[in-house]
Amino acid sequence: MVKVDGSAGQPGLIEVRDLDKTYRRGGEEIHVLQGLNLDVSAGEFVAFMGPSGSGKTTLLNLLGGLDVPTRGSITVAGDEITHMSSGKLTEWRARHVGFVFQMYNLIPVLTAFQNVELPLLLTKLSKAERRAHVETALSVVGLTDRMNHFPRQLSGGQEQRVTIARSIVSDPTFLLCDEPTGDLDRKSADEVMALLEELVGHHHKTVLMVTHDPLIAARAQTTLHLEKGVLVEASKLPHGVTAGGVA
Amino acid sequence: MKFARIIWANLFRKKVRLLLTLGSFAVALFLFIFLAVVRDAFNRGADVAGADRLVVINRTSIINTIPLSYRDKITRIRGVKSITHNNWFGGTYIEEKNFFPQFVIDPENQRQVFPELIVPDDQWNAFVKDRQGAIAGAQLAKRFRWKIGDRIPIKTTFFGGGSWEFNLVGIYHGKRPQDDETQFWLQWDYFEERVPQENKGQIGWYVLRVDNPDDSPGIAKAIDDEFENSPYETKTQTESAFAASWVKQFGNIQALIVSIGTVVFFTLLLVTGNTMAISVRERTSELAVFKAIGFSDLSVLLLVLAEALAIALIGGALGMLLAILAVPGLAKVLNGLLPSIVLSPSMLVFGIVVAVFTGILSGLLPGLGAMRLRIVNALRRV
Repeated sequence: MVKVDGSAGQPGLIEVRDLDKTYRRGGEEIHVLQGLNLDVSAGEFVAFMGPSGSGKTTLLNLLGGLDVPTRGSITVAGDEITHMSSGKLTEWRARHVGFVFQMYNLIPVLTAFQNVELPLLLTKLSKAERRAHVETALSVVGLTDRMNHFPRQLSGGQEQRVTIARSIVSDPTFLLCDEPTGDLDRKSADEVMALLEELVGHHHKTVLMVTHDPLIAARAQTTLHLEKGVLVEASKLPHGVTAGGVA
Repeated sequence: MKFARIIWANLFRKKVRLLLTLGSFAVALFLFIFLAVVRDAFNRGADVAGADRLVVINRTSIINTIPLSYRDKITRIRGVKSITHNNWFGGTYIEEKNFFPQFVIDPENQRQVFPELIVPDDQWNAFVKDRQGAIAGAQLAKRFRWKIGDRIPIKTTFFGGGSWEFNLVGIYHGKRPQDDETQFWLQWDYFEERVPQENKGQIGWYVLRVDNPDDSPGIAKAIDDEFENSPYETKTQTESAFAASWVKQFGNIQALIVSIGTVVFFTLLLVTGNTMAISVRERTSELAVFKAIGFSDLSVLLLVLAEALAIALIGGALGMLLAILAVPGLAKVLNGLLPSIVLSPSMLVFGIVVAVFTGILSGLLPGLGAMRLRIVNALRRV
């Protein structure tokens, strides 16, 4: 279940409380997020929508431990990440978060296999174990036959599927997708969305996604709207989403 | 080792740039090693000097002579074990470019004073018996393909000028690799017989051995005191101090070598540093991805450093290979002007140290930049 009013009774997978993020540009303070609350349960597929500058990516960065809030707290699976040191946060990211970026961000000099293997290099898995994990992840995204291809030899949709394989290979707690279809044609976008739906539906992954596209957002179970740093509207889909603003 | 693939793949990202960088590194390191070898050659005299040997020269300068008659007075000084005397001959063999040092030696005492330069007894005896006899260092004999029995003409503009003919009766070898095997020795008696009247009885310098090296300062002082206020005042110093003062005459050349070496080293640093800086800047978003998926700041720094080190080690190995191949040739071209141009194992170790140091230093700044990269900002730069 997803809530945005800070009233969740049971502790969810992700709990965000009174989250503020303020940037200073020149002498001016820009309040990107203001007192934001959010509760997301495990296995949810949430889309964040909103105009440019509304704070979608900032929220995603904060949830992924890539940035630190000005105020408030973020708790994931019982770990409060807002006060973690940089080193701890890095370890936490490796264990809990899978990232999918708009521009795929694959390493061009590494093959699909090697790109997917990257997060596993930080673990104590043996070479054989790493290979097994990578092959499983690539089979989930349907690219086993392309594992030895370099990114330049893949289409945009395939590249994004490799990115998704990389994001799930270490079995993270949740996936953060920043405009995962933003650079794809409709057909490839459909394939990527089908894959994300499968990850949620069959593999019980939790996915938080930022998108500009209402058609893409509609495929998530819950859509939340951010406007000028405040959750002002949420659309309720069959799985049940409570929308609300933050005072 | 599991990260080696990433480092290797990144190295070959821009093959032309890598080749140019490796080439620049190799050439610069070769030049650096060569300069170090030349500088080492200038200093080699002090290394081969015997701890128990003293050199007595004319106080005015080494080109001024001192009387042979001093020998007996010096021998009488307490602590002096043996003494020999040498003159600089300064001739040329066939052509001007065939330069090598020729010394007039005292056959009676030379071997006692320089025991590290070995001449077989039969050859030495032949030398003593033949007033026109000569002994060449093994390296010198090899250079001109001389063999025992050859007649060697040496032209000189000193001592009345003309061509002097010598019979090669012996070849000496140094006991240690650093010993100079490029000298040509001729007999005092023959020299003394042929020089003009004003040069007779005059020697270039004395070399003496002492019983106890600890007594050297006292003995040196006693010798110089003995001849104080005479027409030929002396300056006595240990052989290593003498060699060092000889090198000092090349002071400017040494400073020049050090300056060029420093410039070369900084060029090396800038070439590699520039490559690494460009390479890291091009990969800002990739490095951000590494950090996002859990690579620590330190591991990102180490990845960049390892890459710089790999460039330095490959370039360094090529540079050293170049040095191994080229230094003997260059030594030949220099015609024995600097007899000790040798690429010693320690020089190769020095080359590796310079390469490693350059690698680490050139990767440090870009690596620290990568380490401090803010993921959020870097991802925006796609």
